[in-house]
Amino acid sequence: MSEFFHMGGYGSYVWSAMAIFVGVLALDAVAPLIKRRRVLRELRARARRAQKRNEESV
Amino acid sequence: MNPLLLWFHKLGSPPYFYRLAGRLLPWLWGLALIGLVAGLYGGLVLAPADYQQSDAFRIIYVHVPSAWMSMFIYAFMAANGFVALVWRIKLSETLAMAAAPIGAAFTAICLATGSIWGKPMWGTWWTWDARLTSELVLLFLYLGVIGLYHAIEDRRQASRAAAFLALIGIVNLPIVHFSVKWWNTLHQGSTVKLFGPSLIDGRMLWPLLVMALATKLLFAASLLSRARVDLLELEAGKEWARQVALAGERT
Repeated sequence: MSEFFHMGGYGSYVWSAMAIFVGVLALDAVAPLIKRRRVLRELRARARRAQKRNEESV
Repeated sequence: MNPLLLWFHKLGSPPYFYRLAGRLLPWLWGLALIGLVAGLYGGLVLAPADYQQSDAFRIIYVHVPSAWMSMFIYAFMAANGFVALVWRIKLSETLAMAAAPIGAAFTAICLATGSIWGKPMWGTWWTWDARLTSELVLLFLYLGVIGLYHAIEDRRQASRAAAFLALIGIVNLPIVHFSVKWWNTLHQGSTVKLFGPSLIDGRMLWPLLVMALATKLLFAASLLSRARVDLLELEAGKEWARQVALAGERT
């Protein structure tokens, strides 16, 4: 097992490359989720404002 | 109108696309994840070590698929940018702009992992040769498209301006691809060929192809996630967007 992590002496190179690949793509996958929460919050605020306007005009 | 054209029209409608993408997304993420795990297992565990590079060659399994995606996504972005400029289809604008950050991510991975691979094999992190420089220009093009898109207030004008820049930048794609042939570079030529036999053993090749497929699926999943949110934002005043937001409140 330790031989596997050693990677014939190139362990630090191989594993840092893998970490960058996984790390950057994980960030890429999370980004739209964060934006989605913000957009939904704004949409709900907009819906509430519209409802309030309607109630006032009645 | 023929049924295929009709479906294309329907697909262009934001609420229809939003629902369709929502149904596809769990499958795309799931398959992409399975592909990544299988490809990396094949590349890191099952594939034999290279006779010259020993285990350092295994960086190929993240470097080369990322390099392929950096060009594939650019072509996708430019094609959608072209459609957006010519036919003014809102969905194409959205897809082109949603593709840009994903392409930039893959280009950055390609450059970073290439640098890490270059240090033990070439003895340097970086050299200004044709392949490396043109790939760096590709990253700057992505960043330029993203920057221009965010610099303009009106979303639709912004995406058309950025799409135009993306179209101009497409001249860089053949330069990246043929750079290893046109110039004398430190970077090696293509090992995996679309036409003709590949110069790599089958046990080393299949994990690479699995990774290529998995990164395509990952791109599709990320693209649809981003496009969905962007459409919701773009159409914030529309009734369908209001309904989506209010339905989300209950869950």
